[in-house]
Amino acid sequence: MSTQTQADAPRASAGAGPLLRLRGVTKRFGAVQALADVDLDVHAGEVVALVGDNGAGKSTLIKAISGVGPADEGTIEWNGHNVKIGAPGDATGLGIAVVYQDLALCDNLDVVANLHLGREARRGPFMDEIAMEREARSLLDSLAVRTLRSVRAEVGMLSGGQRQTVAIARAMTGDPKMVILDEPTAALGVAQTEQVLALVSRLRERGLGVILISHNLADVFQVADRIEVLRLGRNGGSYAARPDQRQAVVAAITGVSEDHPAVAPAPAADAPTTHDDGAPA
Amino acid sequence: MSTVSPAPAGGPPPAEQHDPTASAVSLEARDGRQTGLKAIFGGGEAASLRVLIVLALIWIVFTIANDRFLTAGNLTNLTLQVAATGTISVGVVLVLLLGEIDLSVGAVSGVAGSVVGVLSVQHDWNGWLAIIAALLVGASIGLLQGSIVTWLGIPSFVITLAGLLTWQGVQLKVLGEQGTINISDPIITNLANTFLAESVSWIVALAAIGLLVGGTLVGRRRRAAADLELEPFIRLVVRLASISVAILVAVYVVNQDRGVPVSLCILIGLVIIIDAVVTRTRYGRHVLAAGGNEEATRRAGIPTKRVKTIVFVLASTLAAAGGVLAASRLLAVNQSSGTGDVLLLAIAGPVIAGVSLFGGRGSVWAALLGALVIGSISNGMDLLAFESSVKFIVTGAVLAGAVILDALARKRRLSQGRS
Repeated sequence: MSTQTQADAPRASAGAGPLLRLRGVTKRFGAVQALADVDLDVHAGEVVALVGDNGAGKSTLIKAISGVGPADEGTIEWNGHNVKIGAPGDATGLGIAVVYQDLALCDNLDVVANLHLGREARRGPFMDEIAMEREARSLLDSLAVRTLRSVRAEVGMLSGGQRQTVAIARAMTGDPKMVILDEPTAALGVAQTEQVLALVSRLRERGLGVILISHNLADVFQVADRIEVLRLGRNGGSYAARPDQRQAVVAAITGVSEDHPAVAPAPAADAPTTHDDGAPA
Repeated sequence: MSTVSPAPAGGPPPAEQHDPTASAVSLEARDGRQTGLKAIFGGGEAASLRVLIVLALIWIVFTIANDRFLTAGNLTNLTLQVAATGTISVGVVLVLLLGEIDLSVGAVSGVAGSVVGVLSVQHDWNGWLAIIAALLVGASIGLLQGSIVTWLGIPSFVITLAGLLTWQGVQLKVLGEQGTINISDPIITNLANTFLAESVSWIVALAAIGLLVGGTLVGRRRRAAADLELEPFIRLVVRLASISVAILVAVYVVNQDRGVPVSLCILIGLVIIIDAVVTRTRYGRHVLAAGGNEEATRRAGIPTKRVKTIVFVLASTLAAAGGVLAASRLLAVNQSSGTGDVLLLAIAGPVIAGVSLFGGRGSVWAALLGALVIGSISNGMDLLAFESSVKFIVTGAVLAGAVILDALARKRRLSQGRS
């Protein structure tokens, strides 16, 4: 990697360093080693795809970052500072927003209400619907959500892609620096997948760090800058999201040797030669 | 979908070629634009409109069957009859919005009536103090039941069923050996047995219309200033005009008899206040959210347990208020106060008027409209001297029809909602 792997070296200046840096993250569930010594870097303005087979530890890693299931060991650096993430509030406080696969939307409420849920603007004893509606519109506009007929549409009446859009926009209301998307394109049709991927690109343009979890390699290669493979709870390699890397990524996910070493339990530094295009020094 | 279709020669899948960013995130509701009547009475008003049509049909049928139904005297009676149950229903709506149920509201109303009777008659308490004590008893019962439901995660159906039995026993205990207490304190009896003077009723009606129209127009101007979508003006005018005419006609009609009952004013006042809480305050928004998706609401950082517990407190307090009104109207409480069909009708009313049993959908006004529907059926069949067997069967059929409509609407939403 371009930056050296010195887990404990404090970094005062944020500068070009990664937004999020995980080193040696380990998590056990009883006898099961879910994560073993996992490293991960995410820079601002970068989309990092986290791929891996079922049970590879993707969700466990995300839970460690979001504070839902804190790691047993390892260090987390945020903007160059060591931080502890022991609860969901810690991650939110740092500026990490998570969009879960089940979206967590209230179908019976409209788009405005969902975007502001728990953060409703007030005017005297009542909610300030006008301020909330304006804010909702400007937020959706800033994400280039156009052709919008009504922010007063009930979320339950929207299509899957539209619901995903609302969920991502909702994550943006806290003005986060990093967004974690858990399988955002699962169960979406082709056109709707395109819509959501376009939105992911816009998050990158706004300078956010994005972690994208996906099973769908086509989506991953389309939108990600870098692909981090997890295999059996360990780093399985880091790849540039270029079409010619596809075979290598598949091999790393499945552990089947093609022209790469069979299993790659080694840290990212030993990964195949193509790693780390996402962070030019 | 087309991802697995054998697309020829690696070309992009056909038919989905429009610019992704353009259609992107069009938030257009899927059923597209609405037309005609639906556009005028779209959204949440559809349920209210439906129940108004049902109410009109019931009134037409009974008017044809008995020309005394649509007289000022009988309509005044009708409003007197529905005030107590309607008040209990206001609390039931709140619980239903959460997707929960409270089976104890009838028994709580009976306990509250008994407390008022015993304190006022046997202990010579001032009427207002007795009423406040009864409301506090109701609130405490709600706090107890709500806490058990939310903190222990026991279904509200079971806990409030246990409450139903328990509070009925408490009611018998409170009333003591006599079993019946006649209430004479005018402070209490005046609640349900006095009427507004004609001049006062017109002032109240005009003030209500003025506030409604003024508030709506001010809100509309603020939206316009903020450059937001406006309700079509014609629809606004139709809505305000029909509500205003309804208020004026109703006041005129009851003034031909004894005037506007104070108890009806209490019920409508409660409906307006609780409706404002539900639709305009953060707390109400959180109630609706918890009724729609409790897990999502919790993840949004909203203390759902507290939100739900407060709903149970409000529901029991309103049930107690209904019990006080019932005691006031009957000038007495006895062992059967709050028992029998009180609970069933208080729950059936809002459901008939469109409050979903699945939570998250419905209006507080359904408490009033539903009570009017059920009250009209009961009142009309009394006029026709039907047996109570027929009354029960007809009311049951109306309730079943309403619940089926709700289930069908929910099914349609589910099949539209997810793709």
